[in-house]
Amino acid sequence: MILQEIILYALAGTCTGSVLLMIAHKNLMYAALGLMGCLISLAGIFALLHAEFLAATQLLIYAGGVLVLIIFGIMLTNRIAGKPLLTAATHWFFGIALTVGVASVLIISYHETQFESRIASQISMNSQAIGIELMSTYVAPFEVSGVLLLVCLVGAAFTASWFKKHPHE
Amino acid sequence: MNKTDLLFYLGVFLFCSGLLMVFTKKNAIMILMGIELMLNAANLNLVAFNQSTPGLDGQLFALFIIIVAVCEAAVGIAILLKAYRFYQTVVPDQFRDLHEKL
Repeated sequence: MILQEIILYALAGTCTGSVLLMIAHKNLMYAALGLMGCLISLAGIFALLHAEFLAATQLLIYAGGVLVLIIFGIMLTNRIAGKPLLTAATHWFFGIALTVGVASVLIISYHETQFESRIASQISMNSQAIGIELMSTYVAPFEVSGVLLLVCLVGAAFTASWFKKHPHE
Repeated sequence: MNKTDLLFYLGVFLFCSGLLMVFTKKNAIMILMGIELMLNAANLNLVAFNQSTPGLDGQLFALFIIIVAVCEAAVGIAILLKAYRFYQTVVPDQFRDLHEKL
């Protein structure tokens, strides 16, 4: 149990450090690297919380798919001839003020709330249970999300595709 | 600090970092990354509070959030590519005109 706690604290620390790197660094590629560290450590946290299916999904979809997509976006939207991919930041004062406000509201409301302390029944076969739930209780959102993914795929491909015969050229 | 507190504070930190990135960064891709961070914070909270309930509803909800986040990222990057082709920049402050360039 103590080993689990140590690993949990280490993963939380890694996540925090990666996010701080993302905020502080000016280079876009380093920010993408920080996002990768954050996502992978979150997958580790999910695995520690007995959400193995979600951890695998996080690794496959976020660290494998979304991150590659973001790096593609960085490379395609910058002229990378020579100069590094820098980004600027503005409105630090308003941003930090808003962030501190939101954080204080969240933390105060967390401490004001009385949670029922129920001990979870540990489900040993997490993937099997999620599969059964997806195919029984949550079958309607499952199908809708399939349709949503298809629509997104077609829409994104259509939006990003480049037609040579543009009507204004 | 017990486990739920730690995870809640980590979620708050992730959400606020995402909010800060959305507000302060100039590049639109950094804004997309901030949105991803906020969605991940929501996921972390759902999974953490699912520990104290008997069912698996939190994890399934997190799964659907991941699906929606993927869709959002794909469409966002596609729109950004289109905007980059039109304006030659991805800084939203410079998307000034609604008309075509002459």
